[in-house]
Amino acid sequence: MTPGEVETVYEALATTLDSVEASRRELFLAKLALLLAHDIADTGRVRRRIDEAARNLDV
Amino acid sequence: MRPAGRAETDSLYFDYPQFEAPADRARLDAPVPVAIVGAGPVGMTAALALAREGVASVLFDAKATFNDGSRAICIARQSYHILERLGAVAPFLEKSLGWTTGRSFYRGRQILEFEMPDSPREKYRPMYNIEQQYIEQFLWEAIEREPLIETRWQSEVTGVEDMDGGVTLSVRDPHGSYRLRADWLLAADGARSAVRGLRGLRLKGENYEGRYVIADVQMDHDYPTIRRALFDPDCRRGGTVLVHRQPDNIWRIDYQLRDGEDEAEAIAEANVRASVAAVLAELGYTGTWELEWWSIYSANTLALDDYRDGRVFFIGDSAHIVPIFGVRGLNNGLADAQNVAWKLARVIDGKAGEALLDSYSPERRGATLDVFANASKSARFMTPPTPGWQLMRDAALSLALSHPFAGELANPRQMTPYTYADSPIVSPDDPGFPSGPVPGAPLPEARVGSGYLSDLLGPGFTLLSIGADLGDGLVGDDLTVVALQPGSEAAEMLGAGPGAAYLVRPDSHIAARWMHPTPALVRAALQRSIGGGRR
Ligand SMILES: Cc1cc2nc3c(=O)[nH]c(=O)nc-3n(C[C@H](O)[C@H](O)[C@H](O)COP(=O)(O)OP(=O)(O)OC[C@H]3O[C@@H](n4cnc5c(N)ncnc54)[C@H](O)[C@@H]3O)c2cc1C
Repeated sequence: MTPGEVETVYEALATTLDSVEASRRELFLAKLALLLAHDIADTGRVRRRIDEAARNLDV
Repeated sequence: MRPAGRAETDSLYFDYPQFEAPADRARLDAPVPVAIVGAGPVGMTAALALAREGVASVLFDAKATFNDGSRAICIARQSYHILERLGAVAPFLEKSLGWTTGRSFYRGRQILEFEMPDSPREKYRPMYNIEQQYIEQFLWEAIEREPLIETRWQSEVTGVEDMDGGVTLSVRDPHGSYRLRADWLLAADGARSAVRGLRGLRLKGENYEGRYVIADVQMDHDYPTIRRALFDPDCRRGGTVLVHRQPDNIWRIDYQLRDGEDEAEAIAEANVRASVAAVLAELGYTGTWELEWWSIYSANTLALDDYRDGRVFFIGDSAHIVPIFGVRGLNNGLADAQNVAWKLARVIDGKAGEALLDSYSPERRGATLDVFANASKSARFMTPPTPGWQLMRDAALSLALSHPFAGELANPRQMTPYTYADSPIVSPDDPGFPSGPVPGAPLPEARVGSGYLSDLLGPGFTLLSIGADLGDGLVGDDLTVVALQPGSEAAEMLGAGPGAAYLVRPDSHIAARWMHPTPALVRAALQRSIGGGRR
């Protein structure tokens, strides 16, 4: 992915998160995570990404 | 519980018999080889399994009739094999409803249809629905035909004391109290086991969130025998509902109570009726219905640390409580009964040493822990315990509306037979086999001629020889040799080429297998399967 492509995804996520009702944002993100994990089809990699995403949450 | 005005055993479709306490008081205190406390489904199965091995027993039950209500309604294939070996399966096949399919719905839309493993090589379907009263009645009919079993109804066991080479039981019935000696005791006295208490033992484990009301209604509802699970339905937002068809137009509706919903209020008749009516409306049923029976249930995974305590063995619910969704409670109890019976019979008649009995707890407790692992998974999906589990469950359900892979997370996978991999009496595997069941696994089914592989098993151990040349020296009073054709369906299921052999135990689990067996190898495995040999 080029930096431009990452930016496109980043923007799509931001606008979709804004269009989703606040109480449904978590649900939306959890669905997206499952869907992308299924596409990646690599349990080890997904689990590493889960760990990585859980870091630095309060910084 | 039953509707106001109806007695505990006043059923819409089942006539409960009334059994008397023993009228003949002579010899009630005579010693017995095996006493069984509890004539529920598990105690009755144990008595039948012992009788089949030629061992006499006395069965005690505090009640005057069968258990009230339909209770455990899903009987698995493996249990039908057990019932067949007890000579009791025919009425079950006639009455029960076999099924293979389940459907799950999320907010009224179907997200999953699953099939349980089935094929023409299987003699029995993966699951059968039948009310527990019939299970008890059909077992009871087999017991009445069996001279080796004496049943004492209205007879409560109130004491168990150890003595040299046995136990002394105290029994109380309406005519009086007496004591008798038993060499061995099987405690099949259910979830609130009195024997467990008398021995100072406790169940250990976890209680899950989620309480369910289970209600039976009678109605002319036109839907096949398919298990339905409704997640987050309109009739019970945030909860889960299960619907099962049973014989006699009886339908089981299980619905989850909300957090904080008061139990006493939930099981009041008016509230049960209202909740059931809402579920039926959701199912699109508009006809009339009658309320038959209801109860309340919570999901626990509890077991004894050891299913044996000296001369006392715990079988069925007295040893383990499992969540309802795994449909394993009763099925596992029947397997406990069969497991302890073939072992105890061989110890009693001197074919095996007492060491054989030490394998009961690891094998059957192992099966329970396996159920716990699966049941905990189902329980977490059905009734998510924390916000994290709740969010992921909801995400899976929501995603499943458009992506079937996510719906698979709702598959209860109820049909995994357990392998006694760590059992002290199971032989190590022969690594030469490319496939087929490993030692400890249940024997798979296959068609042989016009029948099935399971039809060929002998009364004790069976050696399945796929063209192996082992001479006649092995055949004995506890071993039947069965020849299978190389290349046959059975040989294929066993992954067995020409010259291979399998040793099968009396409970149809594999004891050992060899690519190249010899009589000495077979004899050694047989010795190991009975705990190391004769006394
Ligand atoms: C209300 C209810 C609903 C259930 N629903 C389901 C369900 O939907 N699905 C499912 O899979 N399972 C269900 N179960 C569990 C299922 O019924 C049990 O797993 C099954 O009955 C276990 O059989 P058992 O023979 O081990 O014990 P039980 O059937 O409990 O039998 C024990 C017997 O021991 C007798 N007894 C007890 N103490 C003594 C004593 N001191 N002396 C003499 N006799 C004694 C009792 O009278 C009883 O007959 C339910 C259980 C209950 C209670």
